[in-house]
Amino acid sequence: MKSHHIQTVALVATLAGMSLTPVWADESSHAMPDMGKLLATGGVSSVEGAAGGGITPWALISGYGTRDSYGANVHYTELGTQDFQLDTYGAALGIMDRVELSIAKQDFKSDRGPLNGLKIRQDIVGIKVKLAGDAVYDQDSWMPQIAIGAEHKKNDGLTGLINGPVTALGAKNTSGTDYYVSATKIFLDQSVLANVTIRDTEANQMGLLGFGGDLHNSYRAEFEGSLAYLINKNWVLGTEYRAKPHNLAADREGAYYDAFVAWFPTKHYSVTLAYANLGSIAAPETGNNGKQSGAYLSLQAGF
Amino acid sequence: MNRLIQLVLATSLAVCTATVSYSVLAQTAPTMMTADSGDTVFDHFGGKAGVGKVIDDFLVIWQADPRISGRLADADVDRLGALLKEQVTQLTGGPAMYSGKDMQTAHAQMGLHNVDFNALAEDLQLSMEKNGIPSRDQNKLLAKLAPMQKQIVTK
Repeated sequence: MKSHHIQTVALVATLAGMSLTPVWADESSHAMPDMGKLLATGGVSSVEGAAGGGITPWALISGYGTRDSYGANVHYTELGTQDFQLDTYGAALGIMDRVELSIAKQDFKSDRGPLNGLKIRQDIVGIKVKLAGDAVYDQDSWMPQIAIGAEHKKNDGLTGLINGPVTALGAKNTSGTDYYVSATKIFLDQSVLANVTIRDTEANQMGLLGFGGDLHNSYRAEFEGSLAYLINKNWVLGTEYRAKPHNLAADREGAYYDAFVAWFPTKHYSVTLAYANLGSIAAPETGNNGKQSGAYLSLQAGF
Repeated sequence: MNRLIQLVLATSLAVCTATVSYSVLAQTAPTMMTADSGDTVFDHFGGKAGVGKVIDDFLVIWQADPRISGRLADADVDRLGALLKEQVTQLTGGPAMYSGKDMQTAHAQMGLHNVDFNALAEDLQLSMEKNGIPSRDQNKLLAKLAPMQKQIVTK
């Protein structure tokens, strides 16, 4: 782990935890975050910054602020596969359990094989708005919680092994915006959570390999799904699937999968451990036709 | 942006056609909640004694919870405990009928927010955990209580 990143996250987390203890008895101090949402109902931080699962956004709004308040958190995630390493870090703000703003930085690098030394960075700014429903309270209806969102991504280009804009790899654009709709439902009677996200995108490998390409150069709607089992109020086990477009001839891009376990010891922290399969990434170039898979570890701290 | 609107409309339509709403009349009719092994959730709570213990411990936890302990200051805690035991017994499939006021009437003047409702749920969870109620059964009870938010939370 990059020690200066960890120190930053730890510092912010400590400040967040210490300085923002809400005052319950005083009705007028709505300036303080109320930390009123139930444990785990803000989801975890996805690799693009939005709240939800690890690789896909959900309709849940980040943080523990109820509709009368707000919440925020920072996250740091590491994912290592056979030839690549992806570190992401960022922050999210949940306002009145209705609007979510997020930022995330993705640091992607190849640490093996012919692409060893290649680095790609991307910045993502996200917004999500809950439109209807409540995943926790609507236990007596089929209505899910529904949110729409957008993730604007700016690829900072290639450095290290090669220097230049990401379009050098065949992409048409160096930035792009994903649009999505998510529907999340918690079935407390079965201790199950389910999410479906439909994402309209032209990003290659989430944007790490640019946007649009020589094979296909327009938006496509892609399906993402998550299914989780609520072991108890602190532990969640789940699996996710994220279909992806295939816009670049140079990259046999496929779907992402993961199986995860998330631990929520308190409303201030969560830890997610997963096994992730990112499918093929730049397979012809890496010489590794196998699927890129490996361990994923994510820490979130906030309120 | 046009594509986003198309996407929202398509998904909304799909959701609307799939949505079926029904209300759970927890206060007026007994509900047979079957736990996964065939016996009731009430059985998994330990029957009358088990529910009684969960509610007694819940009231102690509530009284010690600075977020909502103030709400009990003027309450007849014994009567509240008896009504809660009736209600939880009925909701978990046990042989009792809740005899108190409906949730809306009972909470009408309290000006409750979601934070209050959730704090109560958390204290109940703590009591259920303390008494070793299996998580699946805890969630089945919470599934019955959660929709009451609409009647209980007025702010």
